[in-house]
Amino acid sequence: MFNDTVVKEIDDIKSRYPDRKSALLPSLYVAQREFGWLSSEAMESVARALNVPESVVRGTATFYAMFRHAPAGRHVIQLCTNVSCMILGAEQLVDFLKSKYGLTPGGTTEDGRFSLVIMECIGACGTAPAMLVDTDFHDNLSEKRIEEILEKYK
Amino acid sequence: METFLLKNIDSPTSAEIDEYVRAGGYRNLAKALGMTPKEVLEEVKKSGLRGRGGAGFPTSMKWSFAIADPKFPKYLLCNADEGEPGTFKDRPILEKNPHLLIEGMVISGYTLGAEYGYIYLRGEYPGARDILDRAIAQAYEKDWLGDNIAGKGVTFHLAVHQGAGAYICGEETALIESIEGKKGQPRNKPPFPVNVGAWGMPTIVNNVETLSNMPLIMEIGGEAYARIGSADCPGPKLFSVSGHVTRPGVYELPMGTSLRDIIYTHAGGMKNGKKLKAVIPGGISTPVLPESGIDCAMDFVAMPKAGSMLGSGAVIVMDESVCMVRVAHRALKFFEHESCGKCVPCREGTDWLRKSLERIEKGEGKEGDIELLTDVSGIMSGRTFCPLGDGAAGVVLGMLKHFRHEFQEHIKERKCTYS
Ligand SMILES: Cc1cc2nc3c(=O)[nH]c(=O)nc-3n(C[C@H](O)[C@H](O)[C@H](O)COP(=O)(O)O)c2cc1C
Ligand code: SF4
Ligand code: FES
Repeated sequence: MFNDTVVKEIDDIKSRYPDRKSALLPSLYVAQREFGWLSSEAMESVARALNVPESVVRGTATFYAMFRHAPAGRHVIQLCTNVSCMILGAEQLVDFLKSKYGLTPGGTTEDGRFSLVIMECIGACGTAPAMLVDTDFHDNLSEKRIEEILEKYK
Repeated sequence: METFLLKNIDSPTSAEIDEYVRAGGYRNLAKALGMTPKEVLEEVKKSGLRGRGGAGFPTSMKWSFAIADPKFPKYLLCNADEGEPGTFKDRPILEKNPHLLIEGMVISGYTLGAEYGYIYLRGEYPGARDILDRAIAQAYEKDWLGDNIAGKGVTFHLAVHQGAGAYICGEETALIESIEGKKGQPRNKPPFPVNVGAWGMPTIVNNVETLSNMPLIMEIGGEAYARIGSADCPGPKLFSVSGHVTRPGVYELPMGTSLRDIIYTHAGGMKNGKKLKAVIPGGISTPVLPESGIDCAMDFVAMPKAGSMLGSGAVIVMDESVCMVRVAHRALKFFEHESCGKCVPCREGTDWLRKSLERIEKGEGKEGDIELLTDVSGIMSGRTFCPLGDGAAGVVLGMLKHFRHEFQEHIKERKCTYS
């Protein structure tokens, strides 16, 4: 269950909306931050904090791509392969992540360091190909640049 | 050209309120508050502003519907979902010029009689989240937000609501569902959001860029604004240019600038001296144009006549090395993934189209596949619950119209002869 600080944070979120259910998406983000992913416990905690049925929490949570339903690596790589990135080589980068790090879309490296999620456009098409590592944007990617960037995420 | 929406964004501290105010910011809100809401609405009407979210709906008309509804409170939702692939035009406003948006939202809220606003920000922009939160806090501190704005007793409260990676939530009724904590599935219309929107109340959904035009309309007046760009859809427009051009990026240009000029004059022309093959002019959901089709005015009225749409103004430029079957396949993978599953023609149709395109791309296409693609797209067109499914069908039909031979070749040669 959430500790007092988190409960307070969620109360604060609730106060921004005319009804408590609207706090669901932001609260799921909080739960994901606290638990690392949306485990049953995480979703139960949200249901309790907002006083909405757990089935409702689950129904909403599974609709959205950015909520994780399994534990992820320490760092989550979100690589875009939509058209602007694709025509500038994003798919070769997917292959590179596989050959160099053993990382497949939806998977996690054996040492638990990285998970890879394939994204639809992340709004960095002008500097494609692009990815987010956790919450940081990285663009103009090449194999070499990816190697350099990932060095910094231990 | 002098820019307004992107003014000052090269400064590293452009998102700070002091700098914004120094550059003339919040002056236009003060001006609006010196007028009656009705007078402001009249300026917006004169300006001819059309919504920049993709559909090009006249803003003052949408607002009039909400104003006419007697229910209160009314809500103003800023659509910052920016999910249309190829689009990155709202991002510089959100990250570099957040006070322009806030100022625009307060002017809009005042005009509409809405005292609460939310910015529905896509989950993929975590950096913008922090910047907006900070800018909002600064605006509260300086009384440009709150219960007594500029000492005039005007109320407007603003908060950010973060999406979580669902393209369909950019559709306004799905956005409302999402802000209410539900799955983002479009609602039946009518009732329209202007009457029954968020929490059952009159709700106005406008794009980031639309709302960010308000300070300019206040500054120069509706009539002067209407003289910028195309006569039937005036104003400055942000274009996101990506792909095989020398200088990709976001360009603020008069509405109606020709697609050729955007590519060759502003974005520096083709990269590495390669030949231009095709352009997707308004984001992935808009039909592709061949090289011969780029002499068209980029606005909401001219583009449909040229066989495509302005959409979000996201210009994706492709050179001769790009395989159109591959692009169509990738686009349909996107639509299949993002289909919310509510209606059968879209749910089944996108799945079917994606599978057929995948087969053709792999060299496993059969005689008759092109006819089937045409039939399925035809069945979907006009029969889906929201424009997502329609757009997917239009993408395939556009590809087949201009690049049919490439699909035929894939089927005949049993392989890709392009990339
Ligand atoms: C599938 C789909 C996705 C959309 N995505 C966006 C979006 O990301 N941003 C946006 O402003 N409008 C988007 N729209 C358009 C909105 O439904 C709505 O028309 C718009 O926000 C209205 O604002 P405007 O009048 O200022 O253009 C989308 C529409 C559809 C059908
Ligand atoms: S067209 Fe697609 S996205 Fe729109 S309601 Fe139907 S299934 Fe959902
Ligand atoms: S297509 Fe990759 S960031 Fe937009």
